[in-house]
Amino acid sequence: MKIHEYQAKQIFARYGVPVPKGEVAFTVAEVGPIAERLIAETKIPVTVVKAQIHAGGRGKGGGVKVAKGGPEAATALAEQILGMQLVTKQTGPAGQKVRRLYIEQGLDIARELYLALLVDRDCRRIAIIASTEGGMDIEEVAHSTPEKIVTLHIDPVIGLAGYQARQLAYALGVGGKETLKAFTKTLDALYRCFLAEDCSMLEINPLVVTGQNEIVALDGKVTFDDNAEFRHPEWEKLRDIEEEDPVELEAKRAGLSYVSLDGDIGCLVNGAGLAMGTMDIIQHYGGSPANFLDVGGGATQEQVTTAFRMILRSDKVKGIFVNIFGGIMRCDVVAAGVVAATKELGLKVPLVVRLEGTNVEEGKKILNESGLAIQAANSMGEGAQMIVAAVRLQTGETPVAPGKAS
Amino acid sequence: MSILVNKDTRVVFQGITGESGALHARACMAYGTNVVAGVTPGRGGQTFDSKVPVAMGPQAAPNPGTLQVPIYNTVAESVKLAGADTSCIFVPPPGAADAIVEAVDAGCKLVICITEGIPVLDMVKVRRYLEGKSARLVGPNCPGVITPGECKIGIMPGHIHKKGHIGVLSKSGTLTYEAVGQLSALGIGQSTCVGIGGDPVAGLDFIDVLELFNNDPDTHGVIMIGEIGGGAEQKAAAWIKANMKKPVAALIAGRAAPEGKRMGHAGAIISGGKGTAAEKIEALEAAGITVAPTPAAMGETLRSLLG
Repeated sequence: MKIHEYQAKQIFARYGVPVPKGEVAFTVAEVGPIAERLIAETKIPVTVVKAQIHAGGRGKGGGVKVAKGGPEAATALAEQILGMQLVTKQTGPAGQKVRRLYIEQGLDIARELYLALLVDRDCRRIAIIASTEGGMDIEEVAHSTPEKIVTLHIDPVIGLAGYQARQLAYALGVGGKETLKAFTKTLDALYRCFLAEDCSMLEINPLVVTGQNEIVALDGKVTFDDNAEFRHPEWEKLRDIEEEDPVELEAKRAGLSYVSLDGDIGCLVNGAGLAMGTMDIIQHYGGSPANFLDVGGGATQEQVTTAFRMILRSDKVKGIFVNIFGGIMRCDVVAAGVVAATKELGLKVPLVVRLEGTNVEEGKKILNESGLAIQAANSMGEGAQMIVAAVRLQTGETPVAPGKAS
Repeated sequence: MSILVNKDTRVVFQGITGESGALHARACMAYGTNVVAGVTPGRGGQTFDSKVPVAMGPQAAPNPGTLQVPIYNTVAESVKLAGADTSCIFVPPPGAADAIVEAVDAGCKLVICITEGIPVLDMVKVRRYLEGKSARLVGPNCPGVITPGECKIGIMPGHIHKKGHIGVLSKSGTLTYEAVGQLSALGIGQSTCVGIGGDPVAGLDFIDVLELFNNDPDTHGVIMIGEIGGGAEQKAAAWIKANMKKPVAALIAGRAAPEGKRMGHAGAIISGGKGTAAEKIEALEAAGITVAPTPAAMGETLRSLLG
């Protein structure tokens, strides 16, 4: 789960991480008074207007602007940014509508650093990744100048060791008398925050050194580990459902795992690996999957009905492939769910069903007796070819040779 | 022979009185797994009834065909009093990491954790705890381990398996069933099938299990199923090239997956352009490993390597 920059900074502040003064605004009218307050409090005439969306790359997309002309200038910039369709390299071409702004004090920036904490799956440790090249695309830095990236791993028994924090400070050029203590204190606070808040990723780009040698988190990007939701009831208040795909959200509430894709073949599968494999094999035969959908191992008939309803309701779906290898999941439960949803909403597109595993005969019987126009497949490969052919017949597309589509 | 589990493996189920734990403990008992005990804190002194006829097992069944096993409050008691040496965990996420540590501490040499949804920071601690210990962890978020005809520990459908000489190793449950189904349909049996799970931080990895298969005289070839996210498949490719004496067929799931989206499994995500299917397939092929073109071709691909 992702949260906004301003929410991340509120959390940072609770752990003692220095952040600039700022306030969130949902309307343009709020911006002027906020800017006025910030200028009065900080005695700095400059404010920054920042679009709050969950995707990164906001600055380059025109979502972060500096207001040098007082509250009026901040208001003028807010008018431009609020409501805009912000396109960044992480949003995709459609962009994301800006619904919230963060108005922040200006800072006298001397240096920009990069700092991130994440779970390094290869080392099975929390890793701290830092660089002197802050404010830039870190993947670009890692690619072109890997020597400028410093990584250290934290032993969960010891925690962040004092020497590690100092080592990093020296590597980043903040080991001087004025900055060393502020930096190590900030790093320690961020590590404690990462653990206590169950983050899977915490990124500050840039972490700045001001002209007064203060260390300040100028940005904040936090992703929580979804698996830890059970011990964080407070996350519900931080969730911004407008930043999430409505269908994915509906799926999550029904206990299903769903991801929207760009294609036109709807998929209903049990198990994450098989669901990915089903997308792959559709693509292999020249088709294009409309979604990833894992109904899970122990789905009820209601969950299957909900899942199938979601696929049927989508306008982009030109055909549906149900691919089940029942282990815990019983084929008859899947069949009953598919039939229930179809009877409710009607079936206007071709449907191919492949059932294998537990209670397969009962499942096939339910489908046969439903009177629905269902094409039965004997294997995953056969089913994928059948649905791709059926969709092509409908759309009149020319076939693509197997394996050439990617 | 086989790896990790066989007919002599003595299994305790942690969370045996929960809905899933009970269901799968019974299915494992029906398969013939030597389940010797269950653990549920607060239910010590009660017994767990298989309710279904069991295929085998050394304990005398009071009712013909069914089996009763003792329930203990702690894993340590199940090891001491019932001789358990392997644990299968069905404890819900909030207590699952604790359950793993309890099993290892009690002396179980193998711990198989089925639970899905354990916080990753809990698993970071568990992995640290396991360092320097001889106990092995399989999972979490996995289907378990089966040696066909001898011992099934986990949630896989037993009937699709066939005793034989191919090892199956996978991050995905249902793709493992798919591979096993294809092999059995071709008349090719399996030595042991191991689901290592789809979480970013877990127990045994590809290389650990490949090493076991490499040293098992009864395993003649391996199907390895990976997916997008992380670098475990690339590391395994290098290891196979340097060490593996047996043919390996591979599959990588997620060729069609977009970047930045978690595809069901907590670990199945392409981030920063890293961990793509293309990158993994390239590494495997560069190491001389045959990659199945589709998930429907895993069995055929392996057969083509057996000569």
